[in-house]
Amino acid sequence: MAYLSTTKTNIIAISSCVPTHIEKTADYNHISVEERELFAKTTGIKERRVAAKDVACSDLCFTAAKHLLDKYNCAEEIDVLIFVSQSPDYILPATSILLQNRLGLKKDCIAFDISLGCSGYVYGLSVITNLMQSGQLKKGLLIVGDKSSTSTTYTDKSTYPLFGDAGTATLIEHSQTKNEMHFNLQSDGSGKNAIIIEHGSCRTPFDKTLEDLVEIEPGISRAKKHLILNGMDVFNFALKEAASNITTLYEKSNKSKENTDYFVMHQANKLINESVRKKLKIDLEKVPYSIDVFGNTSSASIPLTMCYKMKEALRTKKLSLLLSGFGVGYSWGSVILETENVYTKLLEYDRA
Amino acid sequence: MNSIEEFTKGLEVEFEDLEPGTLSSATNFRSIKGWSSMHALIIIAYIDANFNALLNGADLKSAQTIQDLYNITIEKLK
Repeated sequence: MAYLSTTKTNIIAISSCVPTHIEKTADYNHISVEERELFAKTTGIKERRVAAKDVACSDLCFTAAKHLLDKYNCAEEIDVLIFVSQSPDYILPATSILLQNRLGLKKDCIAFDISLGCSGYVYGLSVITNLMQSGQLKKGLLIVGDKSSTSTTYTDKSTYPLFGDAGTATLIEHSQTKNEMHFNLQSDGSGKNAIIIEHGSCRTPFDKTLEDLVEIEPGISRAKKHLILNGMDVFNFALKEAASNITTLYEKSNKSKENTDYFVMHQANKLINESVRKKLKIDLEKVPYSIDVFGNTSSASIPLTMCYKMKEALRTKKLSLLLSGFGVGYSWGSVILETENVYTKLLEYDRA
Repeated sequence: MNSIEEFTKGLEVEFEDLEPGTLSSATNFRSIKGWSSMHALIIIAYIDANFNALLNGADLKSAQTIQDLYNITIEKLK
């Protein structure tokens, strides 16, 4: 187990940006009406936001981050920018560095990418708060998002109707108060084949057949460049690991579930999340969902859910939160943290 | 561990749209009307929540009937 805690950092604000285009599960005519209904009932996904082909994940993230920088007039003060995503602009250079320039941040700014999906927000928080807790870095931007629609295709019913696109930004500052965050972070690469884009990088480089659609089984045709998802194995992993990771974190941190106001979980699918919630014996009203309207937004799902469902509570109250992300890798982790008067904003992507 | 009859009846409830008595221990679960991969997830969740046994993709693939699922669950609990 990798248990660690950080101190002296505050979340000031969170913004999220989604595309305007909505795709409804009921309209997904690659599968039968009955299958659409069962899919919606099981996953909880009624609709998703899907970005246009020429819109990158970093465009959504830029919009989210720019909003915060303008509101707090603090572009000059950002000392560190971390971009967490598995849909970068390019194989190289790192998208964080492009965002540093595009957002008008100073050159005296640390910028780097972290390649993680569903667990990415929790991991990103652990890294940026570690960098900032000494006080040498005063303000930081954690930019987290994914454009999964780039790596899925309409003819693959196992992935296409599941994922939505979103970008988020979280503004963090060094604080004189103790303000601890407690993390439990875990990894298991033996699960690599459960969620994978196998082709197009060093291990299996581009070739001429990368775009060719191949029927894998009825209802699932995809090309080598597309995402492969083994839903049953992912489900098995989440049931086995997510709840026990959270339980261990409470034990190690001497915090209690009863004193936690909200449990914000990665929006994997409703059946998984409800199974985890029931294992932990948490009341439904303490577990906000955004999957019904945004789908599984990968790394963005935790901050997006906070912006969508917790705006008033985050703005007006002091809250104790449990955030938990689990998925591709396998990689998973949880954090217990406190927030007070956090500003949130949910934006739609404006091409202009 | 519940009997095979209780196991089957519970699974029938989870599938929701089935008429009572549709399933028996000999039913090939992939032959139920409208079968999809979502049903596989419902089976895994049902067995985990009610019997504290976790089936994986390979377990599901190796099973044909509800009796097979029941037997795998019993094996997991040993």
